[in-house]
Amino acid sequence: MKSVIKGTGYILAHGPDMMLHNGTTQTIERIVNPDGEYLKQLPDHIRSFEDVLAYYPNQVYIGNVAPEELAEVPQPWYDKACPVNERYGRFGQIMPQEEFLLLMDACDVFDLVRMDTEFVSEYKDKLADDPIVDSSIAERMSAGTDPKEVARLVEEDGAEGLYHNGRLVGCVLRAHDIDPSLSAHVMLENIAYKASCVLALLTAVSNGGIDKDEIEYVIDCSEEACGDMNQRGGGNFAKSAAEIAGLNNATGSDCRGFCAAPAHAIVEAAALVASGAYRTVAVTAGGATAKLGMNGKDHVRKGLPVLEDMLGGFAVIITADDGINPEINLSILGRHTVGTGSAPQAVISALVTEPLERNGLKITDIDKYSPEMQNPDITKPAGAGDVALANYKMIGALAVKQGDIEKKALAEFIAEHGLVGWAPTQGHIPSGVPYIGFACDDILSGRIKRAMIIGKGSLFLGRMTNLFDGVSFVIQANTGKDKDAKANESEIRKMIAESMSKLAETLLADEE
Amino acid sequence: MDLENQRRVKEFAQQYGPENVVVLLGAAEGEASGLAAETVTNGDPTYAGPLTGVQLGLTVYHVCEPEVKQEFDPDIYDRQVSMMEMVLDVEDITKEMSAIRDEYCKYIH
Amino acid sequence: MSVLADKKVVIIGDRDGIPGQAIAACAESAGAEVVFSSTECFV
Repeated sequence: MKSVIKGTGYILAHGPDMMLHNGTTQTIERIVNPDGEYLKQLPDHIRSFEDVLAYYPNQVYIGNVAPEELAEVPQPWYDKACPVNERYGRFGQIMPQEEFLLLMDACDVFDLVRMDTEFVSEYKDKLADDPIVDSSIAERMSAGTDPKEVARLVEEDGAEGLYHNGRLVGCVLRAHDIDPSLSAHVMLENIAYKASCVLALLTAVSNGGIDKDEIEYVIDCSEEACGDMNQRGGGNFAKSAAEIAGLNNATGSDCRGFCAAPAHAIVEAAALVASGAYRTVAVTAGGATAKLGMNGKDHVRKGLPVLEDMLGGFAVIITADDGINPEINLSILGRHTVGTGSAPQAVISALVTEPLERNGLKITDIDKYSPEMQNPDITKPAGAGDVALANYKMIGALAVKQGDIEKKALAEFIAEHGLVGWAPTQGHIPSGVPYIGFACDDILSGRIKRAMIIGKGSLFLGRMTNLFDGVSFVIQANTGKDKDAKANESEIRKMIAESMSKLAETLLADEE
Repeated sequence: MDLENQRRVKEFAQQYGPENVVVLLGAAEGEASGLAAETVTNGDPTYAGPLTGVQLGLTVYHVCEPEVKQEFDPDIYDRQVSMMEMVLDVEDITKEMSAIRDEYCKYIH
Repeated sequence: MSVLADKKVVIIGDRDGIPGQAIAACAESAGAEVVFSSTECFV
């Protein structure tokens, strides 16, 4: 059986106050350099919700502007207003911070989030109006806590404050007095993560026109960890998000692998469906508060707004073949193995050329590559360069090396087979997956036939190994229902064998 | 530069003597290379890490710079790094690195 | 005079540039002793 992509969802949540209070660059600075210039200047570099709506890369992320259109807009993008500034888009939405904080409250099942009563009454109808947030979720919002009590919890009980426009509007309690895995800081991070994950899941379900009860398995592929001190990272975000999203027939599990996890998870989901173990599987991830403002120092130093103010989320729904939707070709898998090494050319060869060669394909046979789709507006001023472009240069260099293209055609190859990055630097979020929504559209409309999604992960950050990681897979146009060559062949053989034996029986009967 | 990495650089300079330590960088572009080089020579320009105000003056190169490249086994360099020369702006990196070395390195004669 | 031979080398690689391990292989081939190798990540 084949597996196809039936729905995708892409969401962003604006978190300027979360960036200030929960991003690790800022929390570290508050410890090591509390009176430094950075923290003084930072509040002057915050974007408003209107600014983030009119930001080109964000509108691409939610599907309102095509990547090809973005490529035509000269960089940088932060100083150019996108003519489309809608909150809702073809693939999802950009949620304002006030609603997101209430969604966190709705996603909390241990009464750890305490929102200020005034804040709740001011914004609860706004969240309930969101077409993706159904009544079962809206009803989960609490009535709120007295603002004085919220302030006391932060000052005396070690709760982490939740802020909006600089004002304390709620808090997240610690879930244990001593256990560092259940500290207020970790709980805030995990509940914010869960809320963005739920929003992404619901969006993909809605976009795919899928009945919630059809989803049988959810794979979470973020970089967060939930558990207590006896099983730090025990999980299971997937099932906890599925519960809030109302996916009552689903079980699930978490897949981890730094930024490579989404690609691993999609391959696993496709394999689960192809094997017949589950008919419909959702792969999902929400966003990381820790990474908000990660490169803020460089942005502030260069006079830019702090562009890492968005939590990202995505979900992809994979189902059994329907004969229409784009399919995941499990025979063209790229894999970075233990023996591959960390040399960039070895990594790209393992992920791109090796799987293609194995299937008799050239680099140019893939219409679009989606490697690491980080927004260059964010990474260039931070000294990481244009990450997507660097990947295309590497793929192009290999194509030249193996004679698929001429060296002088390198720029043309990049323009034709590449994309510009538009995803926020939320680790796993930019890793290949932001293009899947557009890839499905482009394949269904016949504009392209094949897209390769590439995920890469920096495993060494966990200090368990020096290894790098990566995985790639190909999405292609549906080749027709039940036209799997091998299945057909064996079926035909069976039919021939059956008719031969029937014929033999008839002949024998005639003889008798 | 990562705070932990700064701490390690400082320790190694103390342990082996700054004149015996060479720092090799793999940064993705010129400015980032320059900032890392400045950190291990003139101190952390972002005032965040253990090297803030510490002028180690260490010898520092980017792995793609000709001075160190000529000392590598060419086959190994070819396998491990060479493709990235098509991706990185080596000229810009070299320019930034030379400027920092000329100003702050204490052990290049 | 050689830059690397017999020196203690500290490597600060970059995930989006050259990773630490790749630099370490080169440094060792030049007769240096790699005392530390790490790879930074800004994304």
